[in-house]
Amino acid sequence: MEAFRLAWLGRKNGRLKLISDAWLKVAPIEAKRLIGQRFNALKVSIEAALSEAENSQVWNLLKSDFTAAALDVTLPGTLRRPGVEHPLVKTMAEIVGVFGRMGYSVGLGPEVETDFYNFESLNFPPNHPARDTQDTLVIADQDNKPLRDRLLMRTHTSPVQIRSMIEQEPPLRLVVPGKVYRNEAEDATHLARFQQVEGLCVDSNITFSDLKGTLDHAMKALFGSSVKTRFFPSFFPFTEPSADMQISCIFCGGKGCRKCKHSGWIELLGCGMVDPAVFQAVDRKRVELGRAPAYDTARISGFAFGMGVERIAMMRYGVSSVGLFYTADMRFLEQFA
Amino acid sequence: MNLLTQWIRSYLPTLPVSDRQLAEDLTLRGIAVEGEFPAGCGGARFEMDITTNRVDAMNHYGVARETAAIYDVPLQPLALGEELAASRPGEGFPVRIDAPDLCGRFTARVIRGVKVGPATGDIATYFAALGQKPISAPVDATNFGWLAMGQPTHVFDLDKVQGGIVVRRAVAGETLHLLDGTERTLVADDLVIADEAKALGLAGVMGGYESRVTEATTNILVEAAWFDPAAIRASSRRHGLHTDASHRFERGADFAAAPAANNLVTRLVVAQCGGEVVGPLVDVVVSETAAQTAARAPIQLAVSEVARHLGTTLDGKGIAADVIERFLTALGCKLLSADEAGVYHVTLPSWRLDLAREIDLIEEVARVYGYNKFADTLPSFTGIVVELPHMEAERAVRSTLLALGYSEAVSSTFASAEEAEMFGPAGQSVAMGNPLSAEAGRLRPSLVPGMASMLAGNLHRDVNEVRLFELGTVFTGSTAQVDEATALALGLTGKAVAGTLASANDALFYEMKGVLEALLAKFAGAVTFDAEHLPTWFEPGRGARVLLAGEAVAWFGELSDAEAARRKLRQTCVLADVRAAMLLARPLRQPAVCELSRFQAVVRDLSFLFPDSVRWEAIAGALQGLAIPEMLQVLPLEVFRDPKGKAVAVGQHSMLLRMRFQSDERTLTDEELTGWAARATTALTVLGGTQRAPE
Ligand SMILES: [Zn+2]
Repeated sequence: MEAFRLAWLGRKNGRLKLISDAWLKVAPIEAKRLIGQRFNALKVSIEAALSEAENSQVWNLLKSDFTAAALDVTLPGTLRRPGVEHPLVKTMAEIVGVFGRMGYSVGLGPEVETDFYNFESLNFPPNHPARDTQDTLVIADQDNKPLRDRLLMRTHTSPVQIRSMIEQEPPLRLVVPGKVYRNEAEDATHLARFQQVEGLCVDSNITFSDLKGTLDHAMKALFGSSVKTRFFPSFFPFTEPSADMQISCIFCGGKGCRKCKHSGWIELLGCGMVDPAVFQAVDRKRVELGRAPAYDTARISGFAFGMGVERIAMMRYGVSSVGLFYTADMRFLEQFA
Repeated sequence: MNLLTQWIRSYLPTLPVSDRQLAEDLTLRGIAVEGEFPAGCGGARFEMDITTNRVDAMNHYGVARETAAIYDVPLQPLALGEELAASRPGEGFPVRIDAPDLCGRFTARVIRGVKVGPATGDIATYFAALGQKPISAPVDATNFGWLAMGQPTHVFDLDKVQGGIVVRRAVAGETLHLLDGTERTLVADDLVIADEAKALGLAGVMGGYESRVTEATTNILVEAAWFDPAAIRASSRRHGLHTDASHRFERGADFAAAPAANNLVTRLVVAQCGGEVVGPLVDVVVSETAAQTAARAPIQLAVSEVARHLGTTLDGKGIAADVIERFLTALGCKLLSADEAGVYHVTLPSWRLDLAREIDLIEEVARVYGYNKFADTLPSFTGIVVELPHMEAERAVRSTLLALGYSEAVSSTFASAEEAEMFGPAGQSVAMGNPLSAEAGRLRPSLVPGMASMLAGNLHRDVNEVRLFELGTVFTGSTAQVDEATALALGLTGKAVAGTLASANDALFYEMKGVLEALLAKFAGAVTFDAEHLPTWFEPGRGARVLLAGEAVAWFGELSDAEAARRKLRQTCVLADVRAAMLLARPLRQPAVCELSRFQAVVRDLSFLFPDSVRWEAIAGALQGLAIPEMLQVLPLEVFRDPKGKAVAVGQHSMLLRMRFQSDERTLTDEELTGWAARATTALTVLGGTQRAPE
């Protein structure tokens, strides 16, 4: 194409230049008009041919093929890949974040607890089956200690609620993420250790409808504003009334699908109003430690809730086996990038 | 457990709803119907999931009672009254309770002249629909009584009972042949039903084999009793026998139900097997136990407390006194009308030992009212959100490591005893009392073994590029006192980030060093590295210690060949053990900016040969020792060793190093620069270096 351009339009030896020199410039005055018109027509048609060729796609492709420094834009980009947040850590942070925006401060506590903080203060009767070594992982050599001082792996993060209430007076809003342990046979959905997020709200005049409203708001923040919640009576030693909360299925919107076992609902957490016996245990301990009682059950009430992080993460990301969260298999983790 | 709607409806003649609706409404009230199946006898079979505190509802009459409360329909009384008269007069059967603390009530009735055969009628129909195995009419009658009203009963072959019944503690070592065919050796805490000579059955758990009712039985003794929940739980656990009877007794049976259940079973046996009821119903009651159960003192319920705990209802009306009264009455409470302060005195039903406090009644009101009929409200809050002191530092650690290409992992909290000793402080690991497995016998004193396992796991799956970190708790101390601390571990294997200073062989080590430098740069304090006090799991000469502000905060290096071989690791793994607790307690570095000079910076490169004994620290120190304020920076650009000793002799290395000069006040002159370079050359020569000709 460049050769064609030079041949016709070249400034020194282009044919148009030669034609112009040989004919147009020397033409008699009366013929100049006609020759000029023909000369211009020829020039326009040459330029048109050139411009058409230049714009044609074939030419563009050819041109890029022949450009030495051209890049293959379809090759993958190179980069030092950043690390990937752990899906459980990320899910936990999101849950904690939702409650943080609702005024809840984060509370943390030890993973090895005493019977007092894990069971006694939470209104578990002395011979409750949860205390059995078949259900709870215990530290060795505890038999010669009084029951309440025996060390065990905490079975829930609720002891942190107790510790916080012993430290602080109401009002209190607390969200407690952490690892918990059960002596359980492990399968695709259960592990002996798992991550939990619990919450506690204590003040004067906290009601069951406040519990419902708070959790409904939190679930909408976590799963989208169209999610609905419903509550069923349940039983936990440390709350009364106690409830199980379900959310409308986030996959089918409540119509029923395989993930919700065609019920339209997914069970998500346990909750309830703090049992007065828990407040009484807290105040007894406060007095024992030389503090003033602060949780008068005639004036103070509260609610608590707890959810398993694995379950929520499995549901969200479609993880079929809970064990995957703990294998550190890069092929699994990198999918969360 | 399974329940038949037809059976439930037999107590509720006016129940207006379908089985499907009933299932839904019961579930919303905590009496969960998990499955609904057509029943052979008509109606539905409900598969129930009832929480352990509600043993009273684990039977047909109990669910009928709940249903009556929900729909406000009449419940037929269990018309089993004490009016069941003896068809032949006689002496009451002798019963003696020798352990009144463990047995609160014992009823006994004699039936003579029965002919034992299979059960017929309702019993047979219902059992078939429930899949309840028929045994014989008298035994089925006891099971029927249990399914109907939740009260376990027992039938004895009266002719196998010598003298009267004695309820007593077992004699330690006493043996008992049970209905399941097993022979049990009893301990002194076991409660037995005995006769004058021997133990007949394990009270509240299982009857005995010899005194069981068989086809040959002609005379029967019917037992219905109340046993102490803790004693039955202990016996049941001790002997590994979880039966329908023990399930109910260990959760608290209905103290008032024993005579009614005895009458029901007696009536059914006579109806099915013929025979005569002889003598009165013997009913031995321990009054102290009665006072703690059936005859508990009334408790108070203030209407205002219901609103204070439950809050706003969807209809905005709250829960009125008459609604409270109706619900609780339907559940079996007796309410003395409220006083002026709106306080009820509530007598509690004998079958609800789970009710003892005002809050228990408030829960019952909420439950029967329906949880989902309460509004969603948000409480106001006057407190503040407090952030934990280390949170910001923890976020900095996470974001730095993620940005450097390390993914977060979570590993097991437990370690084997060998790993705990190898990777943790000697003799300070904490043993588990009931470990999940032999490999999980200790609480982890270090995150390093877990990290090594995670690297190994990836390598064994042919994933060869691994960069991981874990932030978690480690445990030290003893079983008397456990100390917890936050720790951080890093693991690296695969192709290292390319550098010009290290051979391919050493590159992983220097990548890890770079990561730790970047991480520790987030914190205030000078960072130094040495090779002192290294743990034994490093390959000798291939590890380092990191100090922040003079305190050891981290150790990193190549996992020793022995440990790598034990884990079958095919490629070099570099691990770091960081005392995160110490790190997180330190302040984050506050960036402080230097003014940028207007004058150009100039570099001068020097090429030197050094013996390997001269380390970079000495070289940099010598140049900094020149105290040239304009010398901004000294950097090694290239380090070269020749294993063959041709270009550079073995035991030596060549180094290209770069000095950067700049002044805040003026443009630097060639003379100055030449002078400084000469001083640097002298200093490095004194150090033992030999300048190489510039290339
Ligand atoms: Zn669904």
